Amino acid sequence: MTSTLAPRVETAPAPESLPRLLSEVPRSWRDLVSHRRRAGVLPEVRREPRPDLIQAVERAGLRGKGGGAFSTAHKMEAVAAGAGRAVVVVNGAEGEPASGKDKLLLVRAPHLVLDGALAAAAAVGADQVVVAVDRHASEALDSVRRALGERLSYEPAPIPMRLVAVPTHYVSGEETALVRWLNGGEAKPTNTARPFERGVARRPTLLDNVETLAHVAQIVRWGPGWFRTVGTPNEPGSTLISLSGAVARPAVYEVPLGASLARVLEQSGGRLDQISAVLVGGYFGTWLTADNAAEARLSCEDLARFGSDLGCGVVIALPREACGVVESARVLSWLASSTAGQCGSCVHGLASIADTTGAVARGRAPRDAALQLMRWAEQIEGRGACRLPDGAARFLRSSLAAFQHEVDRHLRGAHCGQAPHVLPLPNPVRDSWR
Amino acid sequence: MALRLRIDPIACDGRGVCAELFPERVSLDDWGFPILDDDPIGRDLLEHARRAVAACPVLALRLERT
Repeated sequence: MTSTLAPRVETAPAPESLPRLLSEVPRSWRDLVSHRRRAGVLPEVRREPRPDLIQAVERAGLRGKGGGAFSTAHKMEAVAAGAGRAVVVVNGAEGEPASGKDKLLLVRAPHLVLDGALAAAAAVGADQVVVAVDRHASEALDSVRRALGERLSYEPAPIPMRLVAVPTHYVSGEETALVRWLNGGEAKPTNTARPFERGVARRPTLLDNVETLAHVAQIVRWGPGWFRTVGTPNEPGSTLISLSGAVARPAVYEVPLGASLARVLEQSGGRLDQISAVLVGGYFGTWLTADNAAEARLSCEDLARFGSDLGCGVVIALPREACGVVESARVLSWLASSTAGQCGSCVHGLASIADTTGAVARGRAPRDAALQLMRWAEQIEGRGACRLPDGAARFLRSSLAAFQHEVDRHLRGAHCGQAPHVLPLPNPVRDSWR
Repeated sequence: MALRLRIDPIACDGRGVCAELFPERVSLDDWGFPILDDDPIGRDLLEHARRAVAACPVLALRLERT
């Protein structure tokens, strides 16, 4: 059946400006035939890795969009150099509560993501692709299932691709947790093996975030030179931002890396004078004060000035009427409930921090609570198998710094009982770890 | 090449034997779980380190050549 598509293949012209990824997100489902008309042919998957493809990703300067911002090409190189045929895992767990970009791509442009996964498979010489999607993201699951079905009938993939539904937990999208679960265990982080050396079925495994692979598909299609025409020299390309909070049009936006945060907020109908702080990078991220937000740019390099980074691209504008102390306490309580329950300092440390920040928010904490919290942040850092305690420590420190005056007020007994709750926290899903 | 103490935080269940036997390099956090000093273990302390590793009831502590 492949031949029925081949004569009509004609790559769409490379978009000169933004959107790039979002230009492939139509209002309704785009089937494989029309996708392939735009997207052109896929690079061939061979038994051996393809250094030409890895080099293209390297020249593009693409970094992972799942939160680590690690060089995608370096990761590919490490997997390609491993012993045995590699496995590619599309990480669509997207456990970050305010993040919607990966689900958007999976629901509306699944073929773009699958093209990226196949290109990555060709790059590292993999013989299978696993698409891992959150068990409760039913729209995304349906969409990928349908897309894989279309490929089976119209354009058989060169290597097997399968869809798996991952347990819904914040930490289950962490690389080692995903690998452990794919290998028959619980979806909890481990500290035994590094997936790029020994992952799924003990083989070298490339785990890439959904958005990362969508970029890979476009880099392979239009070249690294094109990719670098937007963004900054050190962080080229565009990135998806899940923007919510005090803006008129909360949505997933595509911005060039290095874009002004203030402009992005204004364009989405937010007013800086009505915003007290901006959370960047999700619940592993950091708060920017309104003053810092006014001058920050959306790149890891620029955000580093404020001890921040882009993380998974979540940006939440806190409205003036909300209370930063209450919001931070809510997030820390949710992080504490998200522990896999494996590491003592995480289980007990996060619980203590959640209790005390909750007491601060209610105006019932002892006067030295902030000092106590700073001590605990230091104690839990680097003490877990995964980075949950590190993320919580970073978020806690940033909360204490950004809302210093409000914290002082709360330590003198204020409690902000009327403040609206803004940051989204998922309803607790009682999912199993298997 | 240097020897350093390493802990498996998943295996550790906070009995605190290591901190008792090797207080020079192991302290406990507020919840009773060990915080390790990352400095290399010199000759003078090697015997203490080995004793602490051997005494861990869940084999969570080890000496690693780095």
